Amino acid sequence: MNNLFVYCEIEDGIVADVSLELLTKGRSLANTLGCKMEAVAIGHKLDSIGKQVFPYGVDVLHVFDDKRLAPYTSLPHTSILVKLFGEEKPQIALMGATSIGRDLGPRVSSALGSGLTADCTSLEIGDHEEKKANKVYKDLLYQIRPAFGGNIVATIINPDCRPQMATVREGVMKKEVVDANYKGEEKKHDISKFVSDADFVVSVIDRQMEKSKTNIKGSPIIVAGGYGVGSKENFQLLYDLAAVIGGEVGGSRAAVDAGYLEHERQIGQTGVTVRPKLYIACGISGQIQHIAGMQESSIIISVNNDPNAPINTIADYVITGSVEEVLPKMIKYYKQNTK
Amino acid sequence: MSLKIIVLAKQVPDTRNVGKDAMKADGTVNRAALPAIFNPEDLNALEQALQLKDEHPGSTVTLLTMGPARAAEIIREGLYRGADGGYLLTDRAFAGADTLATSYAISMAIRKIKDYDLIICGRQAIDGDTAQVGPQVAEKLGLSQITYAENILQVKDGKITVKRRLERGVETVEGKLPIVITVNGSAADCRPRNAKYIQQYKHAKTVTEKQEATVDYTELFSNRPYLNLTEWSVADVQADVEQCGLSGSPTKVKKIENVIFQAKESKTFEPTDHNIDELMKELILNHTIG
Ligand SMILES: Cc1cc2nc3c(=O)[nH]c(=O)nc-3n(C[C@H](O)[C@H](O)[C@H](O)COP(=O)(O)OP(=O)(O)OC[C@H]3O[C@@H](n4cnc5c(N)ncnc54)[C@H](O)[C@@H]3O)c2cc1C
Ligand SMILES: Nc1ncnc2c1ncn2[C@@H]1O[C@H](COP(=O)(O)O)[C@@H](O)[C@H]1O
Repeated sequence: MNNLFVYCEIEDGIVADVSLELLTKGRSLANTLGCKMEAVAIGHKLDSIGKQVFPYGVDVLHVFDDKRLAPYTSLPHTSILVKLFGEEKPQIALMGATSIGRDLGPRVSSALGSGLTADCTSLEIGDHEEKKANKVYKDLLYQIRPAFGGNIVATIINPDCRPQMATVREGVMKKEVVDANYKGEEKKHDISKFVSDADFVVSVIDRQMEKSKTNIKGSPIIVAGGYGVGSKENFQLLYDLAAVIGGEVGGSRAAVDAGYLEHERQIGQTGVTVRPKLYIACGISGQIQHIAGMQESSIIISVNNDPNAPINTIADYVITGSVEEVLPKMIKYYKQNTK
Repeated sequence: MSLKIIVLAKQVPDTRNVGKDAMKADGTVNRAALPAIFNPEDLNALEQALQLKDEHPGSTVTLLTMGPARAAEIIREGLYRGADGGYLLTDRAFAGADTLATSYAISMAIRKIKDYDLIICGRQAIDGDTAQVGPQVAEKLGLSQITYAENILQVKDGKITVKRRLERGVETVEGKLPIVITVNGSAADCRPRNAKYIQQYKHAKTVTEKQEATVDYTELFSNRPYLNLTEWSVADVQADVEQCGLSGSPTKVKKIENVIFQAKESKTFEPTDHNIDELMKELILNHTIG
């Protein structure tokens, strides 16, 4: 009882990265709290889910397998979580801040009368003292998230209502297997006890999902471009550099908005979070919302013709010059000096 | 079939254009420095509603907004673009509401409006980016929901067909009325204000605004009753004060901090061939690249 729950998102029988990332975070929070971590899988053909999630330290996996439960629709998944949480009374429930999690989370939280903090960038356990009521709350979930367009960071708590619910964007937490042979228990549930026919009022007529074209989250080297790159044509320089040194291309929101590159490649608070070995920021000024998604990169190089660009303060190397001048020189050196 | 549509719209500080003076020295937000605007995705929501009104003659579009007295501007903005009326939900007791308390108050107001086929709102408000109020209102009213709508394709025989824009694709779904729809920024932009409607509604006011006005509107408003914008309090919508505002909010802000990034000691250099060669050499030697 009072364990930590993670809702697992599943597409074509594969658990989404964001859910595995949450399981990793969930495991460490559960260790701090001394409770179990339980995972919920709702969908169809879920036989291999256990194999996928147990290595992340799942103690109990709740499986709800039915043809009508995939693809995802709001009401049946809500009904299952509301009933399951009603019985199990989790202290914490986590889900991805994805199209699904942001559709499901608020509905569940409303039904349970519990709070929900969207898009957390960090989750911690800590105490809280309510001075007026002279009351101390132990081991609350600190739900830390940017607010007001990223200009401030707020720590949100949920002292009285359970579960404490939070969503987290993909890539914000790290995914890490704790033990390939971790032993968890699988519980298959009887769907008819959780959903009614009335839950299936919304039906999916057509569905076209694209496979992701990039893997910037997993790339050890990222060449990122901003508005300063100037044009889609100039971005070719970044692709060339990435190709020779073996990296992926990403960018700022301004670059994406200008149509220089696809939305999938946006890095930052409203894009992906990356932590590569090397991050080369080309023509990026370094606003808070961008830095939020790349500050944990090991080595940061900034190429910017403004010596006072804010990104320079967090960079290891600052090259004060234009993208057009610097990148060809890098490419040339690398080509000449490696086999 | 004519439709009764409620559009939920919020007045928000324009967090996209945050200037240097947006933060006070003590690290709190200087709301006064941020212009108040119609939440962008709520304009997309309004447009979807107005398109349905165009296609289904006899339909009405009613705005519902919760906020301080000046949020009446949102209703006027809607009227200028073709909405038929609006309600301002305003009360000190609503202050400090998180999304749960907000959706409770809004759902009580919708219960009072009572007669509706569709509730359309924005996906999310840019002050919090939570995207929670739509689904929570749906849940509180016991309605189904379709989120991230990019286009309401059709409403016919009590059914609605919607194209949804998801992170990695698109979906077409069908639901039954009444239902809550949340609209994405990728949907059609809202039509501009219409000069005729501006003429018609520029004096539209709430009771509070009339009281504060220096001009006497009594006669104008009795001749043109449509200029009266309805204002509702907690009591008007029979809401439980305990479930509103701060007291009805399970989440609390424990702490607010400025964002501070760890500055590094950086090496700065000019882009000469020599400097770039040295840098690349170092990166290859320490196996960062290659
Ligand atoms: C709620 C919210 C969420 C946001 N989320 C994100 C997010 O996820 N990711 C994100 O990136 N942004 C995000 N933003 C936007 C962010 O605030 C900035 O607007 C954006 O990051 C700026 O992009 P930029 O640095 O490419 O452009 P700019 O700020 O315009 O900077 C361009 C830079 O290029 C330099 N430059 C110009 N020409 C050259 C040249 N020839 N060679 C070299 N340098 C040159 C300039 O000196 C300048 O420093 C968000 C904003 C808000 C309000
Ligand atoms: N105070 C409010 N008044 C009217 N509508 C609101 C209010 N707050 C939120 N909404 C609606 O709910 C949507 C999602 O808001 P949020 O959950 O705050 O991101 C908004 O786009 C609005 O359509």
